[in-house]
Amino acid sequence: MHDLILFAQSRGGYWLPPPDSSTAGDVDRVFYFILGVASFFFVLIVALMCLFVILYRRRPGVEAPGSASHNNLLEITWTIIPVILVVIMFYMGFTTYLDIRTSPRQAYDIRVVGQKWSWVFSYPNGHVAPELHVPVDRPVRLTMTSEDVIHSLFIPAFRVKMDLVPGRYTTTWFHPLRAGTYDLYCTEYCGTGHSDMLSKVVVHKPGEFETWLEQAANLLASMTPVEAGAELTRRNGCLTCHSTDGTAKVGPSFKGIYGQRHTFTNGTSAEVDDNYIRQSILEPMALIRQGYQPAMPTYKGRLKDQEITAIIEYIESLK
Amino acid sequence: MSDLLTEPRPAAAPSMDNYLTHARGFWSWALTLDHKRIGVMYLVSIVASFFLGGLFAELIRTELIGPGRTIMGKDMYNQVFTLHGAVMVFLFIIPGIPAALGNFVLPIMLGAKDVAFPRLNLASYYLWIVGAVFFVFVLVLGGLDTGWTFYTPYSTTTDTRVVLAVTGAFILGFSSIFTGLNFIATIHMLRPPGMTWFRLPLFLWALYATALIQVLATPVLGITLFLVGVERLLGLGIFDPKLGGDPVLFQHFFWFYSHPAVYIMILPGMGIISEVISVFSRKHIFGYKFIAISSIAIALLGFLVWGHHMFTSGQSKLASVIFSALTFSVSIPSAIKVFNWLATMYKGSIALLTPMLYALTFIFLFGIGGLTGLFLGALATDVHLHDTYFIVAHFHYVMVGGTLSAFLAGIHYWWPKITGRMYSEFWGRIGALMVFVGFNLTFFPQFALGSRGMPRRYYDYGEMLGEHPEFYGYHFLSTLGSYLLGIALFLVMIYLIASLFNGHRAVANPWGGATLEWQCSSPPPHDNFPVQPHVGDPYAVRNFQYDPDVGGYVRVAQTAKPEHPLHPSAH
Amino acid sequence: MAKSESTTRPPDDADPGSVEAPRPHAAADHHRPFLAHHYQSYKQQFEAGKLGMWIFLLTEILLFGGLFCAYAVYRANHPEIFIYAHHFLDKNLGAINTAVLIFSSFTMAWGVRCAQLNQRKLLMVMLSLTLLCACGFLGIKYVEYKHKWEDGLLWAGKYHPVEHAEPADHAARPPGRPEAQSALQRPEGPRYAGIFFSIYFMMTGLHGLHVLAGMAAIAWILVRAANGHFNSHYFGPVDYVGLYWHLVDLIWIYLFPLLYLIH
Repeated sequence: MHDLILFAQSRGGYWLPPPDSSTAGDVDRVFYFILGVASFFFVLIVALMCLFVILYRRRPGVEAPGSASHNNLLEITWTIIPVILVVIMFYMGFTTYLDIRTSPRQAYDIRVVGQKWSWVFSYPNGHVAPELHVPVDRPVRLTMTSEDVIHSLFIPAFRVKMDLVPGRYTTTWFHPLRAGTYDLYCTEYCGTGHSDMLSKVVVHKPGEFETWLEQAANLLASMTPVEAGAELTRRNGCLTCHSTDGTAKVGPSFKGIYGQRHTFTNGTSAEVDDNYIRQSILEPMALIRQGYQPAMPTYKGRLKDQEITAIIEYIESLK
Repeated sequence: MSDLLTEPRPAAAPSMDNYLTHARGFWSWALTLDHKRIGVMYLVSIVASFFLGGLFAELIRTELIGPGRTIMGKDMYNQVFTLHGAVMVFLFIIPGIPAALGNFVLPIMLGAKDVAFPRLNLASYYLWIVGAVFFVFVLVLGGLDTGWTFYTPYSTTTDTRVVLAVTGAFILGFSSIFTGLNFIATIHMLRPPGMTWFRLPLFLWALYATALIQVLATPVLGITLFLVGVERLLGLGIFDPKLGGDPVLFQHFFWFYSHPAVYIMILPGMGIISEVISVFSRKHIFGYKFIAISSIAIALLGFLVWGHHMFTSGQSKLASVIFSALTFSVSIPSAIKVFNWLATMYKGSIALLTPMLYALTFIFLFGIGGLTGLFLGALATDVHLHDTYFIVAHFHYVMVGGTLSAFLAGIHYWWPKITGRMYSEFWGRIGALMVFVGFNLTFFPQFALGSRGMPRRYYDYGEMLGEHPEFYGYHFLSTLGSYLLGIALFLVMIYLIASLFNGHRAVANPWGGATLEWQCSSPPPHDNFPVQPHVGDPYAVRNFQYDPDVGGYVRVAQTAKPEHPLHPSAH
Repeated sequence: MAKSESTTRPPDDADPGSVEAPRPHAAADHHRPFLAHHYQSYKQQFEAGKLGMWIFLLTEILLFGGLFCAYAVYRANHPEIFIYAHHFLDKNLGAINTAVLIFSSFTMAWGVRCAQLNQRKLLMVMLSLTLLCACGFLGIKYVEYKHKWEDGLLWAGKYHPVEHAEPADHAARPPGRPEAQSALQRPEGPRYAGIFFSIYFMMTGLHGLHVLAGMAAIAWILVRAANGHFNSHYFGPVDYVGLYWHLVDLIWIYLFPLLYLIH
């Protein structure tokens, strides 16, 4: 099958991707237990069905042999056996679920904000990034909320999923077992860009996470303002809605925008300059450019002045 | 297979007045109070909305045949899957079996002349029409992109036609409530002498259980959608976190209706299967009381499990654990039914005619749909599988594999009674086979898609989802299957319509059923029963024997043949 | 409902034999003009109608049940809002309205009895009195709503209390609750206070719509009573409308303490 591109498989078994967190293995055990029981009963039912259809097919002139129309002992038997099996399933699912939902006390805390249609992960030192970077072999707790509508954070390899609800905080946690890069999806339908609300989980090798965090936080010290601005627009999810190559997405493209004159939905117009960009970042609903929806969240309190300046310089550089 | 059965002899043209010929003209239909005509009008309307919903389904699958844009943009895709869900759920599956087949069959099976409140019955049909018109308006005036679930705060902030859609669903809810109310009152008050509760055919038990849910759950959906509408129009704030409201409360309200609604969809289907399996196996149904009571049990337990849609919503751990335990309890009555159907076939005389093929399809597909529900009832696995294609596959196996198969079984089973014509058995079997293959090809790959992490309601699944080459193949197969399924259903419609013109005339009892509807002529007279029918055991199918002179089954003198003891060793 | 076609005798009045006896075709049935063709007897038809009405009332209770749930959730989550905001409701007007509705239930019940006893004139008087009470209830409700509107005490999205908005019951200010006291100093009250008014307007508004529907139904049977349709054999519609009216009354009896009398 592997020579057929269509049916190529990635790693893992047929049903599940490889389990890469401490609880994923337990989840898979529940999965395979239920799969075993379900397969057994399904094969039993279908086999009996086929057998009866063949054995007792209608023949002209032959009346059905017939059998009793009820049998309490039999009926109670096939009530009790499923009851026992589902009690076991419930118990397995329930104990593992408590493990998934109960985070260890010494977990590393990362805050998550979901917004249409990007992720913002904030680290304890104030750094924000659009990808989730975590150290290997250490429990990580995510405290999450949403800026707008309900989103849901899903990391298939870790078997975790939790909704991000506006107006309240939800938490989830995981303990990655192997360094590597994993997929992170939004699984609660959230509008136009739902299927673009994707990110990665980068699990760093021992010791590398701290180095990464330190360097990443020091963006402005180690880069030119234009480079830093480019990095900041990526990390803060700006690029989900604003392209840098001139194509219009949910918002206008950054390319060549600096110095243009924009007309707004309220009838006024203005030239795109430093002050206009700054206002658009801090109060995005103040002026909506004609032809676009009022969809952007505010970045007030989320970007420092220096960072906004870097973003302005970056946009100016995109001719 | 017996040729006696596959090719029933043409019956003589019906000399007597029947419900189709009783009165003529447009108004005799539009203002009819006859439950049979209302049932037929429902059937036509519901099938029309089914094909509309099916068109949306084919558009979705075509878009997903390969990664990236195929035929439509993101916003369009979101609207198409929303309307697919909303049309299929509110306009087709929920009213499908009860309002169309139930309306036609229930009073006749019961031995009554009509439902308890014929005017209310007609009113509920017109409410359905008004609700459907609202959905057409939604379609024409800018669409809807909330998903059929209307989750807040997305539904209160999007700029599509949410108010129109919730108004439509609200009106459809009242249509559903009035149908349920009518059925409960009919079954309670219009049973003829001799029709005791435990002589009710199982389809009526199922409709009764369904009606209980319709009456008890739908009002909560009504008030919920009303609140969403007012929220959008006035800024009520009850579901808006910015004003202190709670969006998760909406989910509780919504699923308090919409989970029981799943049983509105499946219970009547199970009722049809109980009838069909018994008649086509020529055996008394096995474990009548267990099946009857399990319908009621499913209806009542179904009210206590709504929280299993919300295991990852942030509801408390305790709530999730309780809902998980209750969810597993619902699986037991369903399992009992399946085992009882198998035991009915045991030592029967099984004719693989079209209705029976659909009944076997039902057992197969509902088996998969029900058993995969176990993965979702278990908390740990649900966290992984929730909102992925695994869910999509699971509920399509239950709703389409289950309800649609049963609906098709019922249509074919009662087609001679409704229309007075026999459809082509040959094309019927071909259609059933194509439905079976097409359906499995469409939805089985989606289980693996989901368990491997593909989220539902995604427009695209290209490289940005990561290294998932298997997604391409599964989506491709699924789309191919959906085309086959679409062609199959189209074929079914064509040969059924053709039978109206060139089908043999149907005799009163072509299959050998013992329930009362087979005692009146095909099609039934205006008043159903000129004389009060003889009410007996609804599953005493052996009391009806094939009579070659009639071309169908006729009642024979009751034989006091002792029934064979069941051999437990055979299981 | 099948009210209009329900002709009936009181259940105990029905001929027990007629329940089982086969009946002639409806068209030929001149002696029992209101008996629908699919019923065997008046008794069966009356009981079917009554059962239908009870099921309908059950759905009404569930419809309001959603709002009662919302009330319970928000009161549990934000008790301070309810304590604060309910002072703006006028207890006296609420109490008068409660009395008005209870009295109207009494006249309605009396009306049903009149119909059973062939007292046509008195039935019309009772129905008119019930209608009058319903009008009075809505009139008082209008005064309350108007007051809220002027003070900007509206649902959460439109909650902009004016500066001079005063609690309706000055005496009821809870002395032992400093947090409520201080909250009263600010015109907008505690955070999210508008949620209380959202629930208040939804519950009383939906109830008001039910009062209107009830008035239409009462007007309808009043017209039929004037035409002399009802007698001791045929009073089903009066009975069903009466049941509905009692439910509307009952819901208000829950709404009044839950919204006006919070401690």
